[in-house]
Amino acid sequence: MTDDVTVPPTAPDGREPLTLINVREGMFGAPGDISGYDGLVRRIEMPGATDRPYGDWFDGVVDILEELLGDRAEQAIEYVVVDRGELTLYIAREHLLEVAQHLRDDQDLRFEMCLGVSGVHYPAETGRELHAVYPMQSITHNRRLRLEVAVSDADPHIPSIVSVYPMNNWHERETWDFFGIIFDGHPSLARIEMPDDWVGHPQRKDYPLGGIPVEFKGAEVPSPDTRRQYR
Amino acid sequence: MTAEDTFHAMGAFTDDPEAAEYTAYGSDWSEIADEATRLAQQRIVVNMGPQHPSTHGVLRVMLEIEGETVTETRAGIGYLHTGIEKNMEFRTWTQGVTFCTRMDYVASMSQEAVYCLAVEKLLGITDDVPERANVLRVLMLELTRIGSHLVAVGTGGNELGATTVMTEAFVGREDTFRIIEMISGLRTNNAYIRPGGVVVDAPAGTVEYIRKLIPQIRERLDHLVDLQLENPIFKLRLKNVANLNLAGAMALGITGPMLRSAGLPYDVRKAEPYCGYETYDFQIPTSTDADAYSRVVLRLEECYESLKIVAQCADRLEQLEGQPVMVADKKIAWPAQLALGPDGQGNSLDHIRHIMGESMEALIHHFKLVTEGFKVPAGQVYTAIEGPKGLLGCHLVSDGGTKPWRAHFRDPGFNNLQSLGILTEGGQIADVVVSIATIDMVLGGVDR
Repeated sequence: MTDDVTVPPTAPDGREPLTLINVREGMFGAPGDISGYDGLVRRIEMPGATDRPYGDWFDGVVDILEELLGDRAEQAIEYVVVDRGELTLYIAREHLLEVAQHLRDDQDLRFEMCLGVSGVHYPAETGRELHAVYPMQSITHNRRLRLEVAVSDADPHIPSIVSVYPMNNWHERETWDFFGIIFDGHPSLARIEMPDDWVGHPQRKDYPLGGIPVEFKGAEVPSPDTRRQYR
Repeated sequence: MTAEDTFHAMGAFTDDPEAAEYTAYGSDWSEIADEATRLAQQRIVVNMGPQHPSTHGVLRVMLEIEGETVTETRAGIGYLHTGIEKNMEFRTWTQGVTFCTRMDYVASMSQEAVYCLAVEKLLGITDDVPERANVLRVLMLELTRIGSHLVAVGTGGNELGATTVMTEAFVGREDTFRIIEMISGLRTNNAYIRPGGVVVDAPAGTVEYIRKLIPQIRERLDHLVDLQLENPIFKLRLKNVANLNLAGAMALGITGPMLRSAGLPYDVRKAEPYCGYETYDFQIPTSTDADAYSRVVLRLEECYESLKIVAQCADRLEQLEGQPVMVADKKIAWPAQLALGPDGQGNSLDHIRHIMGESMEALIHHFKLVTEGFKVPAGQVYTAIEGPKGLLGCHLVSDGGTKPWRAHFRDPGFNNLQSLGILTEGGQIADVVVSIATIDMVLGGVDR
C-alpha cells in the first residue's frame, strides 16, 4: 500500500516520541523483498509523554502520588503518558516498590488490585529493551492505570512487588519465564509455563517462533515466522 | 538420576534423598499403604495429576499429607502451554481471534470479545461498532457464561460422584451451543466476534429459536437447583469447604464468582460497562458465606440473570432486524458475509459473484484485506471484561503494523488458581477436588 511511505517518523499527534518500538526496513518481514520498497526505513514509535493537564481524574492521581513521593517524585515518575483514554506512568525501578505501596494504601488512590505484569520486548530501544507493564485496578474508585518499568537487557532486574501485591506472585514468575526479567525479592522465582530446565525466554523477539515449512500441492509454504509478510 | 540433577517443580519437596517413591496407577492402593506403614515415614507427598480427571485440563497438584490432612499444596501448571500469545504476534489482527478463542475453550467468546475490544480501542473505533453487533456480542457472551457455569457446576458434581448433575448440566449447555451454532456456525472456538463487529448476522428465525430454547435451559437450571442445593450429601461436602474470605480474596487478586461469594459485588459489566451492558436489566448475585457451596449457588443464580439478558437480546435483535453487524469502514470490515452452502460454511455466493464476476476492485480489496490485513496505529491499550470465571484482561501493543507487537491475556483462572494453597491446606484430601472445582479454572486458559 502506497500510504506506507508517508508514515511519519514521530507519533501521529506530534508529541515527543518515547518508546522506539521497532525500526522496520522494506515492506516484507522476510528476505526477498520484491515490493520495490526494500530500501524503506521506518522508525515506529509509541505515543510520547503528555503535558499537563492530563484530563479526567488523571491529574488528581498524579498530584497525590507526587505529593506522597515528595522530593523523590521527579526521579520516580519518568514520564506520564495519556493515550486512548488510558494513563501510563513510567516508573524508575528503584522507586517501583514505594510507588506500588502508595497506590495500594493511600485512601485517595486505593488501587487494590494489580492485574498482573505483562512483559514487552523492544529490541530497538537500546538500554531500555525490556518493559514490565503493570495494570492497576482500583475497585473503590473504579479506575485503572498502568505502571511501566523499563530496564536494559544487560541488567534485567526489577524489584518484585509481591510483598505489596501478593497476587502478582505467578504473574511475575510468568514474565521471568517468558522475558527473562528478574524480579528481585520474589519468594520463589521459578519458571511457571515452560519446563524448569528450559533454555531461553520464548516471548522475546530474538527467540524464533519455530515451525516447519509445509508442502501443499507442490508448493512449499514457509513457517509463519519466515514467511514473507506485510508489516 | 539423583535428586540433584533432576529438574522439576517439586522444589523443597524432593531435597530429601532418603525419601521413598511410590507409583500408583489407580489400581490397588493397599500395597502402597502397607509399604508406607512399613517404612514409617511421616511425611508423604502425593502427586495428583497432571492427568487426573478432576483437574479441568492438565493440572498437577503436589500435596504433602499427614494422614488425611493436607499440610502443604502446590500447583504445577504449564502442561497446556501452547504459545498462543507468541503465535498471535505472527498473524494479522483478524487471525488473532482464532488463536485467543482457543485459550479458555469453555468460554471461547469471552476471549474473542476482550481481544476485539482491545483492537477497536487501539483503532479508536469503539463507538463505531453497530448496535446490532453489540447485541449479538452480548447474546454470545451471556450464552457462553451460562455454558461455562454449567460446566463448572456439572463437572464439580461429577467429581463428587453425582453423575446426574453432570448430564443435566451438559444437556443444558448443549442448548446454549445450539443457539451459538445457529448464529456462528460452530459450537466452540467460533472466531465469531471480529475487530469491528461480528463475522456474520444471525440467520432468519434466530429470535424464535432463542425464545424456544430459553425455557429449556431454565428447566435444566431448575433441575440442578433441585438436585443439589437442598441435598444433604452435597451440603456436607461443600458447606464450609474451600473458604476464602474477602481479605484473602483481595490479597490474591481473586475476581468473578469467588470474589462475589466473599461479599464484594464487583462485576466489570456493572463497574465498567462494555458492549452496551449498562442498558440491560440484570442483577449481580452475591453471598457472604465465602465457601464452595455459596459459589455453586452464585453460579446458578448468575445463569438465571444471564437468561434474563439473553431474553432482552432476543427482543433487541427483533427491533434491529436488518441493521449492519460490522463497522462501515471498508478498510477494516471483513469484506465477506458468510453463508451456508452445500459444502459447509464459507463466503456467501453473492459476494463470490461480486468479486469474481463483477468488480476487479472488489477482488483486489478482498485479497489485500484478507491476506495483508489492516494496520493499527502504534500504541498500547488494556481492556477488561467480566468473563465467566472473573476479570479477563487483554494487554495489546501495536507497532503500527498488520500484526500485534505483543498480546497478553490475564486469564482469571491463572490468577485464581494461586488460591489453591489457601483453600486446601489444613483441610481433608478429599476436599482438594472440591477446591479445584470451586476455582473453576480451565487449564487451556491458565497456560495459554
